[in-house]
Amino acid sequence: MKEKIRIASGQGFWGDLIEAPYWQVTSGDIDYLVMDYLAEVTMSILQKQKNKDPQLGYARDIPPLMRRILPFCKEKGIKVITNGGGVNPRACAEAIAVVAGELGISGLKIAVVEGDNIKDRLDELIDAGAALENMETGEPVTMVKEKLLSANVYFGAFPIVEALQKGADIVITGRTTDTGLTLAPMIHEFGWDKEDFDKMAAGTVAGHILECGMQATGGNFLGDWESIENMEKPGFPIAEAFPNGEVVITKHESLGGAVTIETVSEQLLYEIGDPREYITPDCVADFTTIQLSYDGKDRVKMSGVKGRPYTPFFKVSCSYEYGFSSFATLTYSWPQALTKAEAADRILRKRLEALGCTFEEFRTEFVGYNACHGNAAREVDEDQINEIMVRFAVRGQHRPSIERFGQEIAPLILTGPPAVTGFAGGRPKPSSVVAYWPALIKKELVIPVVNIVEI
Amino acid sequence: MKIRLKDIAHGRSGDKGDAANVGIIAYDDEGYGIIKKHLTRERVKEYFEGVCLGEVERYELPNLRALNFILHNTLGGGGTVSLKLDAQGKTLAAALLRMEIEL
Repeated sequence: MKEKIRIASGQGFWGDLIEAPYWQVTSGDIDYLVMDYLAEVTMSILQKQKNKDPQLGYARDIPPLMRRILPFCKEKGIKVITNGGGVNPRACAEAIAVVAGELGISGLKIAVVEGDNIKDRLDELIDAGAALENMETGEPVTMVKEKLLSANVYFGAFPIVEALQKGADIVITGRTTDTGLTLAPMIHEFGWDKEDFDKMAAGTVAGHILECGMQATGGNFLGDWESIENMEKPGFPIAEAFPNGEVVITKHESLGGAVTIETVSEQLLYEIGDPREYITPDCVADFTTIQLSYDGKDRVKMSGVKGRPYTPFFKVSCSYEYGFSSFATLTYSWPQALTKAEAADRILRKRLEALGCTFEEFRTEFVGYNACHGNAAREVDEDQINEIMVRFAVRGQHRPSIERFGQEIAPLILTGPPAVTGFAGGRPKPSSVVAYWPALIKKELVIPVVNIVEI
Repeated sequence: MKIRLKDIAHGRSGDKGDAANVGIIAYDDEGYGIIKKHLTRERVKEYFEGVCLGEVERYELPNLRALNFILHNTLGGGGTVSLKLDAQGKTLAAALLRMEIEL
């Protein structure tokens, strides 16, 4: 058994810093590179791409990235684990195989984890008693079945563990928890028992720290953010894991950012609910048991993490069509910037009302005044306001109304209050809104499938 | 004596469906004592009046000297449906750190 393994975060979401995984594999020693590409809406976007072309449906950043990092991964024995397979992990693996072939690299095993996509199995699962009630509203999924775009189960670490046990060098999954990507190599390397819930929790917490990339190493840091050095070339977090369940969060020395108790704590608090009940398919982690201490510069040791048994359910993430939306902005300068922006809002609403347009929601925000903090923002003397960007947004089921909204913005420049600018790029067009439907499903109804592609 | 929360704490916020989570972390034990005493559920609910339209839950993490608040019905329907500029509640921790506390 290895004394320790180093697991490096390479992406915090699809659209994150493209250079980060390259820097992670080239700036120091790591054993694993883990990359989270899937936010809640990403699956619906990928499903639409796959509907148009059956060879798509995965994070298309992956093949060009693999072209750059695969030679280093092969040379250094770095394994890559990612959920960027989206709704088509097999096509993603095949695209990587093509890249490897072009690079003249062979002797690698790519694992494909499937079975999470239940969209085409929905009738069968509903018949088997899975109502997939919305966790927020309690409504059954049949309410939106005709509008459904995607439906995926969140698998945990164990399908990835199975892939690693089969000798995989690269693991491409569909919908897998962000935390499972990091926990899996620990279970595999240290032979942890899946009923050892304290260790499952330790690896899960490490995964939570890694899953948002630089957010653990000084990015988006609300503490002393100006103290974070070399942000132009940041080191994403690395979890140095030990067999006893202790984990040191660190980064490559030559890269920027910082690892402090403050930067790690902020990430620990990110998007959590009840801290005693952080639920994953692998365990229920108790965040009130995490102990942080320093283990040198840019090294924070995490210990004492307690966990409890997993629940009998997988979480399901469905997405469905939910009408249309459109957004537009105009900028008013001093004097009376806010008053003028408010007047423009009244004029726009009256015009659209007179036209018979209907919206589910019409929202107006005053950027530079209170768009971010609402009533918690501070009152300011209007004469001190240099300019205000007014941001209009509408959403509804009636597409012609949303379209007309887009046609009524530019006229405000010549037919509204003065000293207004910032309208460019043509009329805003309606875009499709995709809503999210969270649900639970009994684990025995969905079985992960792991296959190996050898190259 | 009046202090600003930002002087004794930092934090991070994000989305959980239509709810926002706001984590506030004190820099030291004394600061944790202050936020634990003054940042009550009711006070936070009142502070975000008009922003948070639902209930506020409050959890303590003494190990991290932190409090975690869940602000229900806050994000205009949640990440994908929301029309808000800050659809994910990313700036709400900063908003709370602006609060003034009378010691």
